[in-house]
Amino acid sequence: MSGLTGLIDLLSWLALVAGSFCALSGGVGLLRFPDFFSRMHAAGVMDTLGAGLILFGLMLQSDHWLVLVKLLLILKLIWLTSPTSSHALAKAAIRGGARPLLGDDMPGRGKR
Amino acid sequence: MEMLVDVFLLGLLVATAVAISSTKDLFASIMLTGLYSLISAAFFVLMDAVDVAFTEAAVGAGISTLLMLSCMKLTGQYEPKPHRHRRLLGLVVVSVTGVLLLFGTLDTPNFGDDHSPIQDHLAPHYLTKSMEEIGIPNVVTSVLASYRGFDTFGETVVILTAGIGVLALLGFSPKRQSDDLDSLVAPMHHQKILRVVSKLLIPPILLFALYVQFHGDFGPGGGFQAGVIFAAAIILYAMIFGVHVARQVFRDGAIRLLAALGVLIYGSVGLLSFLSGKNFLDYSVLSDTPQHGQHWGIMLVEMGVGITVAAVMLIIFFTFSARVDKRERDGDENQRQ
Amino acid sequence: MFIAATLALLMTMILAMGRAFLGPSLYDRILAINMFGTKTVLLIAVLGFLMGRPEFLDIALVYALINFISVIGLLRYFEYNQAQLQAKLQRVQQARDEANP
Repeated sequence: MSGLTGLIDLLSWLALVAGSFCALSGGVGLLRFPDFFSRMHAAGVMDTLGAGLILFGLMLQSDHWLVLVKLLLILKLIWLTSPTSSHALAKAAIRGGARPLLGDDMPGRGKR
Repeated sequence: MEMLVDVFLLGLLVATAVAISSTKDLFASIMLTGLYSLISAAFFVLMDAVDVAFTEAAVGAGISTLLMLSCMKLTGQYEPKPHRHRRLLGLVVVSVTGVLLLFGTLDTPNFGDDHSPIQDHLAPHYLTKSMEEIGIPNVVTSVLASYRGFDTFGETVVILTAGIGVLALLGFSPKRQSDDLDSLVAPMHHQKILRVVSKLLIPPILLFALYVQFHGDFGPGGGFQAGVIFAAAIILYAMIFGVHVARQVFRDGAIRLLAALGVLIYGSVGLLSFLSGKNFLDYSVLSDTPQHGQHWGIMLVEMGVGITVAAVMLIIFFTFSARVDKRERDGDENQRQ
Repeated sequence: MFIAATLALLMTMILAMGRAFLGPSLYDRILAINMFGTKTVLLIAVLGFLMGRPEFLDIALVYALINFISVIGLLRYFEYNQAQLQAKLQRVQQARDEANP
């Protein structure tokens, strides 16, 4: 029995660490990438994956079914709303006239 | 560890406040205000003030952002350049006030001091006697709705007054129907995914508002938060499918009536206990045992608060957006002439 | 382990906040606010476990909902401005057509 709890603990820690890494790299991407659409890519992808991993790690630690249900609800909500708002935002940006930087326009890379 | 997170969050708060005051773009400053509420709610969670964090999340980050945005449609997006004022005078006033405030902090009890005056008089009574006198697990709700029921009544009346104020200023302008209203107020029609997901989300949000309303006795929540969440769901619908569609269900007369009805429910509970020979808002007369009466009283009162808050938020939002449409049309007609 | 996650989330919040302050376009700011909101949800959930108070999850749930609604509100403002602009352009076009048929 204790072997199983140890395994679950190990799994949840792995998920938490992986989720934290995803969250952090998403943040770095949001700050460092050159234009709006690549920033959105970093933020959107890493947000969804990081949230999933962290909440999964927490789920393995929950000791009551109500806590588990609430975590599942939060996860479902984030997976539903986060891509939706990213999509709506990207669409609004395109309609508003923002265009992605392509190839030679990238800063730090001279015209070839 | 907790101390570290506290200091960290307070630092973020200061940085946000400086950014808000330095930007001239009102849109950016509204967004940063939302950020400020997010951070302060996380801070309240750390301080274990769960109910306050709940309110801050629902009111500060949610509804006030929406209301300020709809207000900004009336005012325009950029702050005009301020007139030149005497900077030295301002500096003197600010410095004097700052020094006085700093001087005032010398008299306040230390952070986390368990012998400060606020902990010594009423708080122990509330914390130890609440379970036997009121009989509900969440002490915050028992203080808010029963021990301090009169104060909460006042707050509910203040919210109603805010609604009446907005109506008195903006609501009673002569109404004119316009043909191109529909094309103006439903601009989200090309966002298909958004529309589908919102349709999926709105019923759970309304259900969650009811959960918050009736679960307030046991966990964080209550009438104020539930009313705000309910109104936010309706506003989400109005934003995506058009204000005029939402107004077909939530008609002007109906929500005005509901706003007053909430206060009426609250006041009637008070009068009922008054007429039964007890103090105003002493719920123990409402049922055969005092504890049971308290349950009934708190539930009714929270329901009154929830109805008034939701209705007033909708009144404010609808009044602002109707005003925008009207100004829009006037402007266009003036240009045509 | 919860502490590591808390610290990582706090660092991410700083990074997102940097983007919200820097801009440059309003879309960037909305993106940053959206990300900041998600990170706050996660932070509150993790803090609930760290402090042994899982009822904090109710607040995280409200956040997830409210964050979505306010981001849509911000977007709606843009959409509104664009629709207004297009309507005005159409009117100008119409007026021009009427003036010289």
